Amino acid sequence: MAGTIQSIERAAAVLHLLGAVGEPVPLGELARTLDLPKPTVHGITRTLVEVGFVVQDPETGHYALGRGLRDLGARLDPHLLRARAVNWADGLAARTGLEVQLGILSGTTVEIVHHVFRPDGSPQRLRTGEIQPLHASALGQVLLAFSPTSSRLRNLELPVHTPATLTSRLELTRVVQSVRRQGWAHVDGALRPGVAAVAAPVRHHLGIGVGALGVVGPREWVIGPDGAPRAGLAEQVTASAEAIAATLQERL
Amino acid sequence: MTGSRSYVAALDQGTTSTRCLVFDHAGRMVAAAQHEHRQHYPQPGWAEHDAAEIWQNCLRVLPEALASAGLVPGDLAALGIANQRETTVVWDRTTGRPVAPAITWQDTRGAEIAAQLADGPTGDLFEEVCGMRPAGYFSAPRLRWLLDHVPGLQRRARTGEIAFGTMESWLIWNLTGGPDGGVHVTDVTNASRTLLADVRTLQWDQRLLDVLDVPVELLPEIRPNAQVYGECRVGLPGVPIGGAFGDQQAALFGQTCFATGEAKCTYGTGAFLLMNTGDQITRSDHGLLSTVAYQLEGQPTAYATEGSIAVAGSLVQWFRDSLEMIGSAPEIETLARRVEDNGGCYIVPAFAGLFAPRWDPDARGVVVGLTSYVTKAHLARAVLEATGWQTAEVVEAMAADTGIAFTRLRVDGGMTSNHLLMQFVSDVLGVPVERPLVSESVSLGAAYAAGLAVGYWPDLEVLRGNWHRAATWEPAMSPAVRERERAAWGRAVERTLGWERGDA
Repeated sequence: MAGTIQSIERAAAVLHLLGAVGEPVPLGELARTLDLPKPTVHGITRTLVEVGFVVQDPETGHYALGRGLRDLGARLDPHLLRARAVNWADGLAARTGLEVQLGILSGTTVEIVHHVFRPDGSPQRLRTGEIQPLHASALGQVLLAFSPTSSRLRNLELPVHTPATLTSRLELTRVVQSVRRQGWAHVDGALRPGVAAVAAPVRHHLGIGVGALGVVGPREWVIGPDGAPRAGLAEQVTASAEAIAATLQERL
Repeated sequence: MTGSRSYVAALDQGTTSTRCLVFDHAGRMVAAAQHEHRQHYPQPGWAEHDAAEIWQNCLRVLPEALASAGLVPGDLAALGIANQRETTVVWDRTTGRPVAPAITWQDTRGAEIAAQLADGPTGDLFEEVCGMRPAGYFSAPRLRWLLDHVPGLQRRARTGEIAFGTMESWLIWNLTGGPDGGVHVTDVTNASRTLLADVRTLQWDQRLLDVLDVPVELLPEIRPNAQVYGECRVGLPGVPIGGAFGDQQAALFGQTCFATGEAKCTYGTGAFLLMNTGDQITRSDHGLLSTVAYQLEGQPTAYATEGSIAVAGSLVQWFRDSLEMIGSAPEIETLARRVEDNGGCYIVPAFAGLFAPRWDPDARGVVVGLTSYVTKAHLARAVLEATGWQTAEVVEAMAADTGIAFTRLRVDGGMTSNHLLMQFVSDVLGVPVERPLVSESVSLGAAYAAGLAVGYWPDLEVLRGNWHRAATWEPAMSPAVRERERAAWGRAVERTLGWERGDA
């Protein structure tokens, strides 16, 4: 087996061993079973603990498989994301006076998984479950910028929704790159005329965007005279999205 | 004391945790802190808390909440308290220590005492004075149990050495100095659920005290919900305590249900639907409780009718922990969405009998309609639908008792983040269901009471203006489907009744 990386092989062996044994294993036994020096095994287990694949019992010091490994194959549940987001989304709506939406990537679209009304008493319709186009929404541009499958951009159809909709692939690529750099997106009438939005990623492991949080409202409430989002708005959205991400770390 | 006095804090002493939330003038939450306490189950049917541990948690959450927002006690205009209802504490006024573990509302050991009281003329007396028949659910039977079982307690009760209270009394007494001048008070909503107070005069009733042989020296003074009871000596030094509320009444107040006919349902472990009935004490023919909604100083008392659902969120927990069908509670929605309907399956969670409107202690849970077609996704639907149908039964009972038909329902609590459930509740009630922007209605209600007491908020109208709609679910189920499903649910419930007696 030419070209294999020894440390990864050994890490896999440690994981296999821990998975096969029903109870926490002391370091010495791991080293004996794997026929490796204790310091080597210690280095491997410590790294695995760091990344959450292995846990160490605080009392005995023995090792066992960690939650991180089990969670690897599972996509973050969208309804768990919503449950963690509710209080922060409410707070964002209360402070900005704007409608708040939480979206996830669903194929080549955004699916709205949570919606908070604009708190002004006006008649509004609950948009939870609705679909938005990736290229014409702030939520979508954020998901394009922060999801690892951004190659999907090449296959994306770019239908026109308003005169402000981005229809050039090259232009969209540039916008997505700038969203990635600045950490948030804004659209000004690209989906519905006169409606603007600002969105930021809810970033999980390794900074992957598992969702996007955005505020939506009449253009004059969202966009300042210079054409950029009103002062402080992007920062508020980003801070709320980061707070939601922090609640995901607590559990997963 | 220096500070802006521009916020109000609420201390929410709940069944699993003690929390402090801080609100601004617009009713927006600006800070929060929380600590859980241990649950003790020394025997089947017993459920206890350590009141001393809860007091220590209270002393931790107050400064932590302030620190999280960079505030000092002087920034608070007042503190309000909401508490788990009916949980009973007895403590020594000199040492400040509880004489026994607190007996919680989930504990069933008062049932036997209550059953004796409910028999015959004493039962009628309680119903006449308190507006409800004796049940183990209320605090006085628990107090009686403590007086009977803690050595020497009855004698010490007479000498005034010891004090009784629900959690708000215990915390207010400690916050205002404890053994060193602590104020021993309760509020009208908590007092109304002891079985010792007259629901009209809102005073302890000597006849009821005599029946239960409870010395009046034990009891706190009954106060309105919004009134300065005293000033904190510890925890939040110098901050006035301006209000207290049982948690469900706090939520009704926090949802600003100030007018007759306005109602809210809080979805937590259980679910509690309260409707404001104004100055009317509704005698229920349908298993609901009449209770005090709130009393403001110098104003007539507002009453409410209450429907309690024992198992709501706890059914989802059971589905997660006991059946291991899901990894976290919110994932039930993901599972339920895999199918279009319940596949003919119904779950009636009468785990400890049925509460309102049936009140059958011998009922036990059923899963019915099982066929080889049914998957765990259908079971997930049935779990959520159980909460919807139980809400519908309480709403039907309220309409029958009061003649007031619901036109909309305000909801709060953790389960309101379940979109599928809220849509189902709207579908089966046939009315819009609304969630407020601040879903922490219990804490908000306590903060509102305290803020009113110190003039931080001028009146109820201003509080109404703070209520903002965060979501509305509109009914979308056809009447034909609703009737068919309602009938099927009714048949499922019939199969739970009397199971424990063996005559089902």
